[in-house]
Amino acid sequence: MTSAYVNPLRDDQDRRLPQIAGPCSVTIFGITGDLATRKLIPAIYDLANRGLLPPGFSLIGFARQDLDLDGFIKLAYEAAKSRARTPFREEVWKQLEAGIRFVRGDFSDDLAFAELARTIAAVDDERGTGGNHAFYLSIPPGFFPQVVGQLKEHGLAEVSDGSWRRVVIEKPFGHDLASAKELNKIVSDVFPRESVFRIDHYLGKETVQNILAFRFANGMFEPIWNSNYIDHVQITMAEDIGIGGRAGYFDGIGAARDVIQNHLLQLMALVAMEEPVSFNAYSLRIEKQKVLASARTPERIDLHTARAQYTAGWAGGEHVAGYLEEADIPATSTTETYAAIRLDVDTRRWAGVPFYLRAGKRLGRRVTEVAVVFKRAPHQPFTKTATEELGQNALVMRIQPDEGVTLRFGSKVPGTAMEIRDVNMDFAYGGSFVESSPEAYERLILDVLLGEPPLFPQHEEVELSWEILDPIIEKWSRSSKIDTYESGTWGPASADAMIARDGRTWRRP
Amino acid sequence: MKIDLQTTNSAKIATAMVKARHAAGSPAMDMVLTLIVVTDEEGVSEALNDATAIAREHPARIVGVIRESARGAAALDAKIRIGNNMSGESILLRVRGPLAQHAESVVLPLLLPDSPVVVWWPTHAPKNPADDALRGLAQRRLTDCATAKVPRNALLSQAENYAPGDTDLTWTRLTPWRALLAAALDQVQSPVTRGAITASRTSASAQLLISWLEGRLGIEVDFTPSDTPYIQSVTLTTELGDVSVIHRDQNTANYVLPGLGSRIVPLEHRPVAGLLAEDLRRLDQDDVYAAALMHFQARHAKASAS
Repeated sequence: MTSAYVNPLRDDQDRRLPQIAGPCSVTIFGITGDLATRKLIPAIYDLANRGLLPPGFSLIGFARQDLDLDGFIKLAYEAAKSRARTPFREEVWKQLEAGIRFVRGDFSDDLAFAELARTIAAVDDERGTGGNHAFYLSIPPGFFPQVVGQLKEHGLAEVSDGSWRRVVIEKPFGHDLASAKELNKIVSDVFPRESVFRIDHYLGKETVQNILAFRFANGMFEPIWNSNYIDHVQITMAEDIGIGGRAGYFDGIGAARDVIQNHLLQLMALVAMEEPVSFNAYSLRIEKQKVLASARTPERIDLHTARAQYTAGWAGGEHVAGYLEEADIPATSTTETYAAIRLDVDTRRWAGVPFYLRAGKRLGRRVTEVAVVFKRAPHQPFTKTATEELGQNALVMRIQPDEGVTLRFGSKVPGTAMEIRDVNMDFAYGGSFVESSPEAYERLILDVLLGEPPLFPQHEEVELSWEILDPIIEKWSRSSKIDTYESGTWGPASADAMIARDGRTWRRP
Repeated sequence: MKIDLQTTNSAKIATAMVKARHAAGSPAMDMVLTLIVVTDEEGVSEALNDATAIAREHPARIVGVIRESARGAAALDAKIRIGNNMSGESILLRVRGPLAQHAESVVLPLLLPDSPVVVWWPTHAPKNPADDALRGLAQRRLTDCATAKVPRNALLSQAENYAPGDTDLTWTRLTPWRALLAAALDQVQSPVTRGAITASRTSASAQLLISWLEGRLGIEVDFTPSDTPYIQSVTLTTELGDVSVIHRDQNTANYVLPGLGSRIVPLEHRPVAGLLAEDLRRLDQDDVYAAALMHFQARHAKASAS
């Protein structure tokens, strides 16, 4: 009955045994939304199918939609059946279905929240969820304060002895420093910090752990991981799609807030951080925070950043519309769909090594990668013509789509003359770890239910990231001019000019 | 790409594989282990299918070995498969004559440099795995006592000849059971006073489960024979009530926790490929298995003595 209980059947040596979540429920706000039906419900089904959910697990849907319990079950059934990654089995579904509840209401509707409180109390009795409940806010951030307030109001955030309440929020965590602080104040007012899970699905645990393993488990990279050998670092997140149906969300936000603030700065922190004391979430966070705190925004923002919008063009064999022609985008919008910035990290390790971060939509192809570009060898015993085609050595950590590592170095071209050209040495994490590795949301939801300290940012990191980005966005907002780039290309000329100013070029990922 | 080589040797096989890789367009190798499959004509196609399936999770060079008649002149035939919708590559070796006793001499030059070597006997595990010289090449050895005529005896000989790195698929099959039982105690958090298992008399898995529970919990577990071919049910008696896992069908079980009644949970019967994938995730020795196996052996010795 106390935390001192040690389960005699568990053993650190016994690595076959999976962790199964204890008794609990999850309430999803915005259950009829895109994310919930595409990702969350299928992930919950997959977890159940893998036997990782507690037997009495309860899923409670909360939505404004004109639905009832049967309608919700039907919707969830369709979602699970069509999108689950594991085989669909009726008997597993039946078991999950028995724990499904539905509450209809507005976020301002006190009656609905009272109903939710009753429902939660009821599942404790009927399903044995033991007072452990997670609230997943799969709703636009504008509603966070209201919903969190309602949870507090109706006592849903209060824990009784030995049980837990957790809240899950998705990015964006604010749209600038002030709003991030405001959001944090609202949430931390109701939930203690270890109960707040800021989910960044894109930085799944696997990716993060891979980068850390690569850097810290190997002896051969660490000695050269500094300004003596590294020339610069390029972090790219390119999407081939446009904004699609996300006009309402994207316009006014832009690429910098949408991905640089969270994904790319987190990647930068992982690549640049010092070795953590241990691999627990706390030690990692400290190291990441140090990097973010030492990152410096360029003084001449006009020279070292670029932003642009895509225009109509041919992308991947299809003719696509420009950003301003997308549905629901005002013709005067200056929201950037491409952003590139230079950051410097003022530490002994990284002084003089710029980090170039770029993110964009409708680019050449979908790719996320970190490219560490090395300095040239100090001396070349070859003739100038022999090394004409030799570039800089590079180590590329590919995050998606095919996770792996590429090492780029010079090699002699077969033939008579001495000629050296760049070649790639490639490692793919394999069709291997991908095949059976769970979908990001599965891991995330399970981590929430297990209460695993998430590898995801807490509010300090979020705020430090905004401190880096705020001056840039502020400067951009003062200009109504924005560059353009043709859809299906690798971005605007201004971004090429920006990096060329430093005597460098963008990699073609 | 398929290449058949008659009366060949290891060097020719290795050359043919490099050629095949080039022809497939990608000379790069990112295989993480060599999996030696010791099989026979009867089981070869199933065994190689399973091995190929797990190569998707662990890209591997699969070396199938069939020992044919020991009579006649020494001979070696090889079939090489590369590409064709499979990750990794596979070689099937047929050894005859005196060579049948020295298959390791063919396999040794075909191991991937540095990478771990796993040897798997899908059926007919050698009574004493140490008798098979292929064993010496591997750091992980997988057997499956469930395929033996008397699984219990086969398990016993595994125990007698245990070396670090051995595991048996009868142990791997238990993982879902063990997960449910461990999760039950996570929740119930009450000392277990007794245990009971109903299972087939021939099930080696049941014996390992009893041994694991007895060893971990320091209790006695009663055994009741059943006529089902697998484990029928497990009950742990705690101070708060009984925890039970009762097999319903191929994929589900009833899961009973004190005060919470009975629920249906997934308890999947996994195909061999799934078992192998679990085993290959860890290439170090499985101490928990070793402890359960030793407990089983001691238990058996006690029972025979009395």
